[in-house]
Amino acid sequence: MTAVLQLADVTRIHGEGETEVHALKSVSFTARAGELVAVMGPSGSGKSTLLTLAGGLDAPTSGTVSVEGADLATLGQKGRARMRRTSIGYVFQDFNLIPALTAAENVSLPLELDGTGTRRARELARAALTEVGIAELADRFPDHMSGGQQQRVAIARAVVGERRLILADEPTGALDTETGEEILRLLRARCDAGAAGVLVTHEARHAAWADRVVFLRDGVIVDETGADQVEALVDAGATR
Amino acid sequence: MSVRQALLALLEEGPMYGYQLRSEFERRTGATWPLNVGQVYTTLTRLERDGLVTQVTPQSGADSEGHVVYEVTTAGRDEVATWFTTPVGRSTPPRDELAIKLALAVTVPGVDVGTVIQQQRSATMTALQDYTRLKRDRVDATPGDLAWGLVLDSLIFSAEAEVRWLDHCEARLRRAAVEATPAPTTAPTTTPARERTAR
Repeated sequence: MTAVLQLADVTRIHGEGETEVHALKSVSFTARAGELVAVMGPSGSGKSTLLTLAGGLDAPTSGTVSVEGADLATLGQKGRARMRRTSIGYVFQDFNLIPALTAAENVSLPLELDGTGTRRARELARAALTEVGIAELADRFPDHMSGGQQQRVAIARAVVGERRLILADEPTGALDTETGEEILRLLRARCDAGAAGVLVTHEARHAAWADRVVFLRDGVIVDETGADQVEALVDAGATR
Repeated sequence: MSVRQALLALLEEGPMYGYQLRSEFERRTGATWPLNVGQVYTTLTRLERDGLVTQVTPQSGADSEGHVVYEVTTAGRDEVATWFTTPVGRSTPPRDELAIKLALAVTVPGVDVGTVIQQQRSATMTALQDYTRLKRDRVDATPGDLAWGLVLDSLIFSAEAEVRWLDHCEARLRRAAVEATPAPTTAPTTTPARERTAR
């Protein structure tokens, strides 16, 4: 399986001198196609830093971050912005939908920004909304939807146009248990269909939906579970 | 455990023989608490002795295929009703090996508590992933499926609680270690403080 996201020996230091904070220290991390990886850890452990670096929203102090084989540092600002519009999807805890746009418009916006024709973008948006099970809400505004429905729109927006890397930051944090599980099921399905997913969460029950769980403490990966099983599956798949 | 009440409750659905009872129990609870047929028959014998079940045919007690079929008596129904309406007691918590292990690990000298916690968390997290995988692949087609789904959720919630508790222990131990470390200006001291260090 190919690595969609790769962090190689990444360190991120905020501030300098006495106020220097080492948010990540020499972290190496990979998310492969078809794999959902959960990142767990207490507040301040570096979870969010890892996600913003993976999404090209921030740059490492040292080390490299690659998405689909391209080193984000060498892409330049325009290249990174394009990568964010075409290859990377985000899902946030508070949905982050644009209130003045309908569900379908929220989903099609990134495609249109990237130059896809309006009609084509709308078609893709409808397909994505169908995938997350809310095709009938396409023309509704976020204010007229439940939290679970809004998060489905956010997932549709994150996956529209075959994005290969999905970054989710506590996507179920604002939802009840059952709705949260439906959202995880959708993320999971997308990864099973070939995307790479990174799920940042502090809830073990949610992390358990992932193939691998990485534990961060003070900017360092201290533990990892499930790696062996995944490797075994990969090996089995390779020899079949 | 409540095998006795569980078998009685199953017999409320109609007369059954031992093997059927075992299958029905496992259909609702998965293989979480495996029952062997011997255990089922021993329990049925005791229930019969206590007048809570009877064999269906007084002459032989066996159906045409030779199974001994049991049905619940009125006294048995009363016992089931009492079981369902009485909360499960928490006055004596079940013995929790992990809590005991950790309580000793933090007090017995020379134990690396941080490693104990980390290894346990990995193991519990792996179990949680396994349960979640089972949950992912199942559908609630029958009431029995729903029952097993709820048992699975119970396993998931307990494993989650264990991981949360381990996180909590780790955080508290780290704080305790920081507080126990003498400030740089004071004279360096004592090994006891070191022994309490989480890692």
